[in-house]
Amino acid sequence: MTDVESAVALDLAGLQALVDLLAAEGYTVLGPTVRAGAVVPGRVTTVDDLPRGWGDTQEPGSYRLRRRDDEALFGYAADAISWKSVLFPSRELMWSGTRTADGFSITAGEGSGGLGDPPYAILGIRACDLHAVAIHDRVLQERALPDVHYAARRKDAFLVTVSCSDPSGTCFCVSMGTGPRAESGFDLALTELLGDEHTFLARAGSERGRTVLDRLGSRPAADGEVVAADEVVERSTRRMGRTMDTTDIRTLLYDNADHPRWDDVASRCLSCGNCTMVCPTCFCTSAEDHTSLAGDTAEHWRVWDSCFTSDFSYLHGGSVRSSTKSRYRQWMTHKLASWIDQFGTSGCVGCGRCLTWCPVGIDITEEVAAIRADPRPTAEQTPIEQTPIEQGGGG
Amino acid sequence: MPVDVADPATAAADALLPRPFRVVANRRETSDTVTLELEPLDGDGLAFAAGQFTMLQAFGVGEVPISISGDPARPGLLVHTIRDVGGVTRALCAAEVGDVLGARGPYGRGWGVSDARGGDVVVVAGGIGLAPLRAAVLEVVRARSGFGRVHVLYGARTEDDLLFGDDLEEWAAEPDTEVAVIVDRAATSWPGRVGLVTELVRAAAFDAPRTLALVCGPEVMMRFVGAELTARGVPASQVRLSLERNMRCGVGLCGHCQLREYLLCVDGPVLSLDAVRPQLGIREL
Repeated sequence: MTDVESAVALDLAGLQALVDLLAAEGYTVLGPTVRAGAVVPGRVTTVDDLPRGWGDTQEPGSYRLRRRDDEALFGYAADAISWKSVLFPSRELMWSGTRTADGFSITAGEGSGGLGDPPYAILGIRACDLHAVAIHDRVLQERALPDVHYAARRKDAFLVTVSCSDPSGTCFCVSMGTGPRAESGFDLALTELLGDEHTFLARAGSERGRTVLDRLGSRPAADGEVVAADEVVERSTRRMGRTMDTTDIRTLLYDNADHPRWDDVASRCLSCGNCTMVCPTCFCTSAEDHTSLAGDTAEHWRVWDSCFTSDFSYLHGGSVRSSTKSRYRQWMTHKLASWIDQFGTSGCVGCGRCLTWCPVGIDITEEVAAIRADPRPTAEQTPIEQTPIEQGGGG
Repeated sequence: MPVDVADPATAAADALLPRPFRVVANRRETSDTVTLELEPLDGDGLAFAAGQFTMLQAFGVGEVPISISGDPARPGLLVHTIRDVGGVTRALCAAEVGDVLGARGPYGRGWGVSDARGGDVVVVAGGIGLAPLRAAVLEVVRARSGFGRVHVLYGARTEDDLLFGDDLEEWAAEPDTEVAVIVDRAATSWPGRVGLVTELVRAAAFDAPRTLALVCGPEVMMRFVGAELTARGVPASQVRLSLERNMRCGVGLCGHCQLREYLLCVDGPVLSLDAVRPQLGIREL
C-alpha cells in the first residue's frame, strides 16, 4: 500500500454500519447487485443486497453466474456493467431550448444519474475499475473544457474498493498493472476474508476514509488477518485468466497498421460495438437533437457512441472508416496506443469485459499477441495511391 | 456573496452552450454554397484566429463544425461559408436575414499566419477548402508588406463552383500577389486552365525554404499537394494542412475526430505535414 494506514477489521455488522453511515452522510450508496442473471451496479441499503454466495464464470463470449460454496459477498470477478454507467451515464441532457420571438433561449442541463442522485458512495469497485475512473478523470475532467456533469458526479464520490479474490478467465489486470488490489485512488479498501469468521480487512486511503473508519468502531486487525488478506491478493494474482504484453505497444501498433491480422480479426468481428459499451474507459459520445413536432422546443443530448458504427466517422460523401478492419484497428489502437499520446496512460485496465461480452469472443490480448509474434511494419512512406484528385469536396 | 468571478464549472458549462447570432447577410456563392454573415445578439463577437472553426447550430436541427471564412481583424462579424451537403447544412444555407442561429467556439488551432512573416506564402485550396483559407489570405493582405511573394492557388470542379470571385480579383490586384485558378472540367467557353491544382504548385515561383504553405481541400488533394510542395523544397514542417473528420463536440471530449493520436478539434484542424504524413498514408485511418 502506498498510503500506509493501520488496518482494521470489520465483521458483517461492521459492513452494514458502513453502509448505514454513508447513507446517513447523504450518499446514495451503490454496490454490486444480482439482476437479470448478472452482477451489476445497483442501490444498496443492506448487506443482503450484495451478491452473497454468487460468483461468475467468464470466458470470451460467455458470462454465467455460478453458485459459490461459501457466503462471499464479493466473490465474483468484475461487474458485468462497469461504474462508467453511473459516473458517465449513457445519456445526458446538455441543454434544452425554446424558440422565442428573438431567436431562442437555452438552459444548461442539470446533470443526472442513472441510479439516484449524487453524491455517490460506491461499494465494491474493483481495482481495474478504479483505474478506469482515474483514466476518466484525465479524459473528461482534466481538460481545457471539462465535462462538467462528470466532474459534478465525480467530485464527492466516496469509493470503497474491494480486492479481487476470484478473477475470471477473461481478467488480465496484473499485466496491465491495475490489480487485483488497488494501491491508490480510493477512500476505503477492503479485502474479504472467509475464514472461521466472515470479516473484512479495511484500510483508509483518504482523510474522509479515515474519518469514516474511526466512526465505525472497528477493531485493529490481527496479524493473521493482514497475512490472510495478502494471501487473497497473491492467490488472485496467480490465477489471472489472461495476460497482455504491453512492451513498446504504441510503436508496435503504429508500425503495424497494415498488418494482415487486422483482416483476420475483421473476418470475425461483427462491428456490433458491445466492447465499447462495456469498456469502463471508452468515452466517445455523439450529440442528438430532439425537437418537438412544432419545432419550438429542442433538447440537445450527449449519448454514448461507438467507433464501430459507420456513422461515427461519417463525413459528407461517406465514412472515413467504412471497413470493419479499420474500425477494429481504430478501437484497439486507440485503446492501447494513441490513448498514451493523448492522455499519458493506456486506455485499457485489463478488466476483460470486451472479451466476455464480445458475441464472437474476440480476445484483445490474443490480437496483440498475434501482431507481436509476427510484426509486419509498414514503411514510413506508404506510396500514395494514384487516385485522381477530386477538387470539389473538403473544407 | 460577491459573484464577480464566474464559477469555473459554470463557465465551462456555458462555454459549450450555443450563443444566438443574427443572420445579417446570406450571399449565394454557387448552386450549393452560401456565405452567412452573423452578428451576436448578446455580448461581444467571437475573436478568432484564421483557420479556427465554430460549432454552428440551426435550432432544433443540429450543429456542425464550420470553418470561419471571415476577416480575423473584424471579430464582430462572424462569417461562415457553408456547402449544402446534409440536413444541418441545408437548414443553415436556408437561413434568411433576421433569422437567429446558434454558434459556439471558436475552436481548434488555426493557420498561424504570422509564422510566414518575412517569407513567401503559398495558399493552396481545393473546392470549399478556400473558405478557411480566405481568413488567412485576408490576414496576409491586411499586413501585406510584412510578407514576401503571395500565391493563391485554387482548384475547383467547374467554373460554376468557384467561390469568392470578388475576393480573388481583389487579391490579384495586391502587389507581388498571384492568384491562379484551375478547374477539373470546363465548358469550351472557359478561358482558364483545366487540370489539377498540383499543376499550379509546380508552376508557381516562390523561395521554397522561406515559404509557408497553407493547404485545404479533399484529403487526397492535400497529400498530392504536400508531396509537390516538399518536392519543390518547402520543408514539411512549413506545409500546413487543415484536416477534416467528423466532429460532434469541438472541444476534444467526444472522440469522433481522431486521426490516430490527434484529436483534430483541439490538436488541429491545422497540422503541419511532418506531423501527419505517416497517418495520411494509411487507408481508412
